[in-house]
Amino acid sequence: MKVVLKDLTKIFPSRDKKDKTEVVAVDNFNIEIPDGKLVGLLGPSGCGKSTALNLICGLEVPTKGKIFFGDEDVTNLPPEERGVGMVFQNYALFPHMTVEKNIMFPLENFKGDKKLTKEEMKAKALEAASLVQIEGLMARKPKEMSGGQQQRVAIARALVKRPKILLLDEPLSNLDARLRLQTREEIRRIQRETGITTIFVTHDQEEAMSISDLIVVMKSGVIHQVGKPQEVYDKPVNLFVAKFLGTPAINVFTGRIKNRRLYIGEADVMDVSDRVTDPSDERDVFVGIRPEGFVLDENGPLECRLDRVEVMGRDISVVSFHDAATEAETVCVRSIISAENQVDTSKETVRFALKPAKVHVFDAVSEEVI
Amino acid sequence: MLPAILFLGVFMVYPLFDVLIYSVEENYNFASQVYTGYGLFNYSYVLHDTYFVQALKNTFIIVIITVPLSTGLALLISLGLSSIKKLKSLYQTLYFLPYVTNTLAVGLVFMVLFKKTAYSDGLINLLIKAFGGTGVDFIDGPYWAKIMVMCIYTIWVVIPFKILILTSALASVNQDYYKVARVDGTSSFRIFIKITLPMISSTIFYLIITGFIGAFKAYSDEVALFGTDLNSAGMNTLVGYVYDMLYGNSGGYPSYASAAALILFAIVFTITIINLLISKKAVTQ
Repeated sequence: MKVVLKDLTKIFPSRDKKDKTEVVAVDNFNIEIPDGKLVGLLGPSGCGKSTALNLICGLEVPTKGKIFFGDEDVTNLPPEERGVGMVFQNYALFPHMTVEKNIMFPLENFKGDKKLTKEEMKAKALEAASLVQIEGLMARKPKEMSGGQQQRVAIARALVKRPKILLLDEPLSNLDARLRLQTREEIRRIQRETGITTIFVTHDQEEAMSISDLIVVMKSGVIHQVGKPQEVYDKPVNLFVAKFLGTPAINVFTGRIKNRRLYIGEADVMDVSDRVTDPSDERDVFVGIRPEGFVLDENGPLECRLDRVEVMGRDISVVSFHDAATEAETVCVRSIISAENQVDTSKETVRFALKPAKVHVFDAVSEEVI
Repeated sequence: MLPAILFLGVFMVYPLFDVLIYSVEENYNFASQVYTGYGLFNYSYVLHDTYFVQALKNTFIIVIITVPLSTGLALLISLGLSSIKKLKSLYQTLYFLPYVTNTLAVGLVFMVLFKKTAYSDGLINLLIKAFGGTGVDFIDGPYWAKIMVMCIYTIWVVIPFKILILTSALASVNQDYYKVARVDGTSSFRIFIKITLPMISSTIFYLIITGFIGAFKAYSDEVALFGTDLNSAGMNTLVGYVYDMLYGNSGGYPSYASAAALILFAIVFTITIINLLISKKAVTQ
């Protein structure tokens, strides 16, 4: 089922009596989520992504705008009539019910013709449980299970009604690192098997990048970029998106464009005539360089003060300093190069050439990509 | 460790033991401190005393009526309180006021409401008459009227504490459970039965158990309504009986008082054990 959000806006009134400023949690969302895709809503905490999810689910009523599932306008429908399944961040499994009872809970709410017999419910619950591979744990209570298993139960409970849309709120944040890797593969598998359009919310860019068909990067209620993960990573539309995606984070320098060439400090680092057409265009910019965008080169244009080299097996991470680097908290430049390279650590400086595709130039004022 | 044992020994174990001894000393004379022998005569006397039987009956009626009613009412009010938004704290304060009000002051208010005097019939009677009924003397009148006033009074006194505990129990239920239920279109009644009630079941049982114990020990509320001579009012309770045996007009019989106290203890003990056994099965968390 395709999901279309049109001018979707949610404004929360201020709770503070003195400070009357409203909170715009979701600001004019316009996206179309294609049928059968796994979509990651990505943004820093407090950016309104969970509110967006709640709006799609029907737990919140939008201030303005419309929500369509397929061609049907569901804006004013209550959650149960929308056909959505929702998995909450803390799973919200009922502690006093067994796994089976938990999974059957949504089915027991059916009224009238839809009402199922006990056997039908059990069969459906078992079906959902085997989809997430917990059919052997049906008699357990939630507290007798690991976090990963609880997560599966929550997904099974969301899937048992065969929803048109599956919504996951921070599905992996309560799991440890190893389980997280496992579970995200699991979510991908379940989504592929069922073909249900799935939207999940996360603040972890790696999570979103690794399993999504499409990611939506947002900040302060505004969508910044929508696209395939690699696309968004390779072609960020602004500095925020560039900084938010990728680990280690992108290195940002202050720079200047002059004569269709890019300068970092005094150094003329590369030709940008493919991005700037007007030779007289001269302005301050931010230069974002991905860690993998550096090439060790004794004659390279960018000279940094070498701090240390971290060997990570497959590749080497070179940590150095440059006065034009802007990341206030670190001010270091982290570049990742192949382990076949040798870095002469006796020297005080290290020189790099840059891979143009990994260098992103943003206007210093608007922070939009150039 | 030692100070604790000493303290417990002097103030808890010894008195209990002493009560047991008193209760089996026959014909004990308080003034001369002599007794004729050991036996169960004191128990037999107490159990055959019509005042004791009356007190036992009154206590049981109060327990059976007030504990379930007050807990149920408190639950209803707490549910109401947790679902309203406007003036919530005002209502909470209003419902909590009886808790910080002195029992005797409350008793006076109830007198105004129910007591017939030379000058007034009491507010309730005025109301009954205004609607065409015939007045009843609630304080000195028929037994059912007195027991009714007694139960209303008890419920009114114990309910604020229960509301306080239940509202905080309701507030501590994770809101996500309700969201899950809403996503599936669960009816409010089913949400209450399937989610809220199990989630606060341990609190409810705590209130029922302490409610039983408290109601069995009722005494001051009766004094506030019917005065100190509860036996002649026919409104005595078990604790009142014990007190009267010790210090009342018929007082000076520590052996009878001890026997009655131990009978009360046995009753409370048994019922608490039963409560705990039930709660182990019913409480889900």
